[in-house]
Amino acid sequence: MSSASVAGGRSEKIQIPVSGMTCAACQARVQRALERAPGVTGASVNLMLNSAAVTYDPDVASPQTLVETIRTTGYDARLAPAEQTAFEEQESRDRAHAEEFVDLRRKVIVSGAAGVLAMVLSMPLMSSSSASVAHETHMSRDPFMTWSMQHLSPAVRAVAPWLYEIDPTIITWLLLAITTAVMLWAGRHFYTRAWTAFRHHAADMNTLIAIGTGAAFLYSLVATVVPDFFTSRGVPPDVYYEAIVIIIALILTGNMLEARAKGRTSSALRALVKLQPETARVLRESGGTSAELDIAVTELVQGDVVVMRPGERVPVDGEIISGESGVDESLLTGESLPVRKQPGDRVIGGTINGIGAFRYRATTLGSDSVLAHIVRLMRDAQGSRAPIQALADRVSSVFVPVVMSIAIATFVAWFILAGDGAAIRGFGAAVSVLIIACPCAMGLAVPTAVMVATGKGAEFGILIKGGEALQRAGDVTTVVLDKTGTVTEGNPTVTDLVLAPPSAGGSPVWTSADILRLVAAVEMSSEHPLADAIVRYAREQGVSTNAATSFESHVGRGASGVSDGHTVRIGTSQYLEEAAVSTELLRDAAVDLASLGKTAMFVAIGDALAAVIAVADPIRPTSREAIARMRSMGLTVVMLTGDNQATADAIASQAGIDRVVAGVLPAGKVAEIERLQAAHAVVAMVGDGVNDAPALAQADIGIAIGAGSDVAVEASDITLMRGDLSAVADAIQLSRRTMRTMKQNLFWAFVYNVIGIPIAAGVLFPALGLLLSPILASAAMAFSSVSVVANSLRLRRFRAA
Amino acid sequence: MGATEWGVLLLGIAAIAGLNWYFFVAPARGGVTVADDEGSGKVVIAVKGGYDPSLIRVKAGRPLQLVFDRQENNSCSEEIVIPDFGIRTFLPAFKQTTIELTPKAPGRYPFTCGMSMLHGTIVAE
Repeated sequence: MSSASVAGGRSEKIQIPVSGMTCAACQARVQRALERAPGVTGASVNLMLNSAAVTYDPDVASPQTLVETIRTTGYDARLAPAEQTAFEEQESRDRAHAEEFVDLRRKVIVSGAAGVLAMVLSMPLMSSSSASVAHETHMSRDPFMTWSMQHLSPAVRAVAPWLYEIDPTIITWLLLAITTAVMLWAGRHFYTRAWTAFRHHAADMNTLIAIGTGAAFLYSLVATVVPDFFTSRGVPPDVYYEAIVIIIALILTGNMLEARAKGRTSSALRALVKLQPETARVLRESGGTSAELDIAVTELVQGDVVVMRPGERVPVDGEIISGESGVDESLLTGESLPVRKQPGDRVIGGTINGIGAFRYRATTLGSDSVLAHIVRLMRDAQGSRAPIQALADRVSSVFVPVVMSIAIATFVAWFILAGDGAAIRGFGAAVSVLIIACPCAMGLAVPTAVMVATGKGAEFGILIKGGEALQRAGDVTTVVLDKTGTVTEGNPTVTDLVLAPPSAGGSPVWTSADILRLVAAVEMSSEHPLADAIVRYAREQGVSTNAATSFESHVGRGASGVSDGHTVRIGTSQYLEEAAVSTELLRDAAVDLASLGKTAMFVAIGDALAAVIAVADPIRPTSREAIARMRSMGLTVVMLTGDNQATADAIASQAGIDRVVAGVLPAGKVAEIERLQAAHAVVAMVGDGVNDAPALAQADIGIAIGAGSDVAVEASDITLMRGDLSAVADAIQLSRRTMRTMKQNLFWAFVYNVIGIPIAAGVLFPALGLLLSPILASAAMAFSSVSVVANSLRLRRFRAA
Repeated sequence: MGATEWGVLLLGIAAIAGLNWYFFVAPARGGVTVADDEGSGKVVIAVKGGYDPSLIRVKAGRPLQLVFDRQENNSCSEEIVIPDFGIRTFLPAFKQTTIELTPKAPGRYPFTCGMSMLHGTIVAE
């Protein structure tokens, strides 16, 4: 089940599975109860589907209240968590592929054995009629037939000479029986499916196989039942039974391998879905004492306290209330080291607890959980199409009728242009054209690669939104990094507080503590990360503050406010100068701090300069190496920051970045990306996704980094679960590899058909005397679609450098 | 070229013309179904070597429930793709699968099988 969109306005729609309904009366009862429930504007209960479709006002009712309403009628209802439905979909898909595989394997074994038998039986037939000149010219040109006549026939004659004593008519009838049985049993679905498609004016792979083998069968049938029809026209009454059986066996083999390989393309999604444990141990009050109780995850409610023991898998998302431990989040984030968790920290469902024990409160459940988000994102991604597929789609939709037309034209051309025995050769060539054509390879080329690549990405904690994102990420030439939180830890801390010299014009001399108190009072009202650092620092220093009485913020420049009757200004040199405060006395100190990569902020109290506060945000330990890797991949790396040039240059040189754009206001990031795009760069913007949303959206590829728990970053095309720039390099590398695979697949699929069909039609016959038998054509066809899937599966071996 | 050759040539041309007409020109037999205006906007589509009905007329902006009733296990029809809504969903054999969507703007929204060989269209008016 998939819900693509909901009605606009204050109305939402939901499907709730209802169990226990057995009759129309039950259905009516549930429906009435729902219709009477507050906030419900429409309800339709379906007995056959065991579900209720409810339209409701989300302000008044919620899915939970609707479930409660249904339960009051005595029937059971449960909201299916999204990952559960994804799981069910995956399960039914896997089951279908497994059943298909088992069924096909049985048919392959039987038809393969029948094929070998038919081949052996037809040896005496061929040698008995090899005196015929017409037959000789038509068969001997085929490489496979030539080989089998030369090597197989003598062997058969040596082992079973009695076979050559049997009346050829009897053998022919025996072959007819075997072939009919194989066609009706193993090949039945080709014909029934071709027919149902035909009735819908549609044609698919089955149509080609059905017509190809069907025509060969009819021809052979006539040759067996009324051989005079051919002999009277000077044509030997050859039969193609062994070819039909072997073609069916080979195509079934291809389908069987394809069914298995297709199942493997979604193995990553399957692995993710299985991360969700089925039960949780919770603390529940019963009779005054609280007891630990194992319950199903679906029964958990928000606020439940979950008890975690060492080595267990975290069942749902939540916040730790007591205890501590290291949690292995590698399956979700690709981060290999365990993450330390203390009370107040978030834990994510699906991760594995280390050696500690802790208790936590369940916060987000079901479809809101991080794991459910990831699974949904991946499912959507795997279902998306890459633009590169458009051509293949256009070709596929006309492919089969075009191939049938070519087959007819092939026969006509042979009949008219060639000499003796041309009708038979033309017939064989037409059958080969039908059999060799393979539309499946084209249809599988891109989707299988998208599936494997998005799954592989998830293993590395890289969530790719879909085929289009993959394709654009593969073309990226320039990576723009936001400084704070991307190149750096994003956790700025105060490192220096430099006081203004006391000689500053008779104004009162402020102590460090006074300044901190006043500045923190103003910055408490700000949401800027630097402001946060100062407030935190003041608290650590034991300075108590009262909130400022007024506050004004000037984005990218500074802030001002009134605290304890003093006007406090904090910000850039320019900001203070504009307020007629000279910053000259501390300008040298500020330059020194900036050269160390620290951000220096000037503080003025009243009209006088009071201090410079320096805040540093250390670069992430992995940034330098990751940036070097991106540059070795031929990418231009640019860093954007709101900091001044000196600070930005210092950080950039630590990180190994040579292009820096400093002093950029938030709105300026978008302009900077537009400027790069105007210079024909394909830009990937990497940011934390919170402050950078417009820039992420403007870039050709928006990459949100370190999302951790907030996976659903809307503006981003790629979300990195790891707060580590090497994931950016991994993502681009994976996208490039995937694009290469898609192009290989499409090239192979096109070229295969573009070359294979003319050869089968016999264009090489006049020059080289080469003509493919239908048997070789079927082997080529079976191989081509399997090879495309196998090539996509090679992406599973992708390793980040 | 003798009479036989001419005959084969003409027959061949007629056969090619006929089959292309049949697959490309002849209207799909599935025909037209109008989604129920009063009801839930629910349409059941039989999936068996094609889509029946294959043309679905609906009102733009109204939520639509497409119930794909897959009556076969032919792997060709195992997925339904509705590109304009970013939907690619697996259809279990011999089961009904419901897809909900709302065509917001009037227009033609094609849907196909996973390999783009079976075709249908939602027409929002």
